[in-house]
Amino acid sequence: MFVNEKEKILEFIDTIIDKHGIERTSLLPILGEIQEKFKCVPEFAQQRVAKIMDIHPVEVYSVVSFYSFLNVEKKGKYILRVCRSVSCDLAGKEKVVNILERELGLKIGETSADKKYTLEYTNCMGLCDEAPSLAINDQVYTKLTTEKLYQILSEIKENK
Amino acid sequence: MTEKIRKRDGLIIFSEYEKFSGLKKALSLSQDDILFELKSSNLKGRGGAGFPISTKWMLTAAAQSSEKYVVCNADEGEPGTFKDRVLLKEMPYLIFEGMIIAGYTIGAKKGIVYLRGEYNYLVNPLNEFLDEMKNENLLGENILGKDFSFEIEIFSGHGAYVCGEETALLESLEGQRGEARNRPPFPVNRGYKGFPTTVNNVESLSTVPHIIMKGGSWYSQFGTEKSKGTKLISVSGDCEKPGVYEIEWGTSIYDLLELVKAENTKAVQVGGASGVCVNKSQFDRTIAYEDLSTGGSIMIFNESRNMLAILKNFMEFFVEESCGQCTPCRIGNQKLLAFVEKIIQNEQTFSELNKIKELAETMKIASKCGLGQSSPNPFLSILENFKEEIFDSNSRGKYEHV
Repeated sequence: MFVNEKEKILEFIDTIIDKHGIERTSLLPILGEIQEKFKCVPEFAQQRVAKIMDIHPVEVYSVVSFYSFLNVEKKGKYILRVCRSVSCDLAGKEKVVNILERELGLKIGETSADKKYTLEYTNCMGLCDEAPSLAINDQVYTKLTTEKLYQILSEIKENK
Repeated sequence: MTEKIRKRDGLIIFSEYEKFSGLKKALSLSQDDILFELKSSNLKGRGGAGFPISTKWMLTAAAQSSEKYVVCNADEGEPGTFKDRVLLKEMPYLIFEGMIIAGYTIGAKKGIVYLRGEYNYLVNPLNEFLDEMKNENLLGENILGKDFSFEIEIFSGHGAYVCGEETALLESLEGQRGEARNRPPFPVNRGYKGFPTTVNNVESLSTVPHIIMKGGSWYSQFGTEKSKGTKLISVSGDCEKPGVYEIEWGTSIYDLLELVKAENTKAVQVGGASGVCVNKSQFDRTIAYEDLSTGGSIMIFNESRNMLAILKNFMEFFVEESCGQCTPCRIGNQKLLAFVEKIIQNEQTFSELNKIKELAETMKIASKCGLGQSSPNPFLSILENFKEEIFDSNSRGKYEHV
């Protein structure tokens, strides 16, 4: 990670601490905000949070490693999550995955070298009546067809 | 207020309702009156566990403490369940009214909605709705001029199925790993931050304003002897009309399949991944706490589907979502999945099958929380109800595809 990125993250932590406070109940909201902005919660960030909240860094790591939406390694600007639960599976999740893997040049679980895209599976997103479904960051897309997927992809590719 | 309401038909939750009327009426009643109505309604927890709401509230109300909390469990993660999403999106007022009524009844000043991370796109609309409620004095200090104040906060989850379990949810709210707690003490005595807390499902809370308006005895006229009222079910899979339906408890699988226009149905999974799978000969069974209990998920599989592949999908889910703190669940689910993979390779033996069934039964009683206690359900029911298909590799077709 570049030095200035590291500084940016540490600075960011300092700016959001006041809003959340240093009670333990604020830990997840703080980590969530770091994750959302930088697509990761790296070790030095965990240490800074631990120091401010006066808890052991291992406590913070234990939380980061538990939740699937928090991660140490940097993920892409666009995190594409394909639902793999049964209803989406019945509706053709495999085809969705094939198209995304081909178009993005990534396998499930991988992040592109330019840190723009991450492709992964997720469990049921509660969109089973509109399967198959996909989430890109917080935005959800349902009843996916080949055409719809191409359109979604061209939209995010244009968005630099 | 900005929400769009799609017209849905239903006996109770999806019936005509004037926004905030239940809340307004509740605040004019005494706490005892509210508890009485809830008790006579026989409303049970709609997340799936079915614990009587009136008992939970009564215990929390009776607990002596300087602080109490109302927590709304909106961590709807059971595969195939999406009824809470529809309520959160289209009828948030019902949920918030239910929470405020709960706070008024048990003596809490704060409510927290634990919203699953997958529903993050609902955070802004929900917060906007809360702001509007504050402007109308339906939230905040001295609500509607009464000597009662209440606030509601939305808390985002970060992608963990097990946090739907109420004590794991509380751990998560407190900034910990979402690992279930030992009980007792129960949350009604020691919940959020150690204070008495009532944790209720979105649907249970949404039912409360209707019961307040029309009375507990009116509510209990619907349903069966042991399951009163109605249930929202989320129907998905092989049918023409998937979606959320409000049905009376006691509806048979047959009637349900007709309602959603499902044809050539081979199997129905009732209760999500942790529920049971029934075959054709059991379609006369009913959806009720005493028969086929469900938190709302109904998944329909037609004749073309491969039950073994479906079972594998369920077991992979549990292996991934087990929080790992107790051995029966952490190791047990891996063993069950490994056995499913063995069947796929045609390498299973019958002595092994018997042992693995024993293990599944052990998981049900030895696991610490609902996850490991219920994850053997699909395994046992699919192996039992679809044995011919599963143990005859010729009739199964290609296993890679559901």
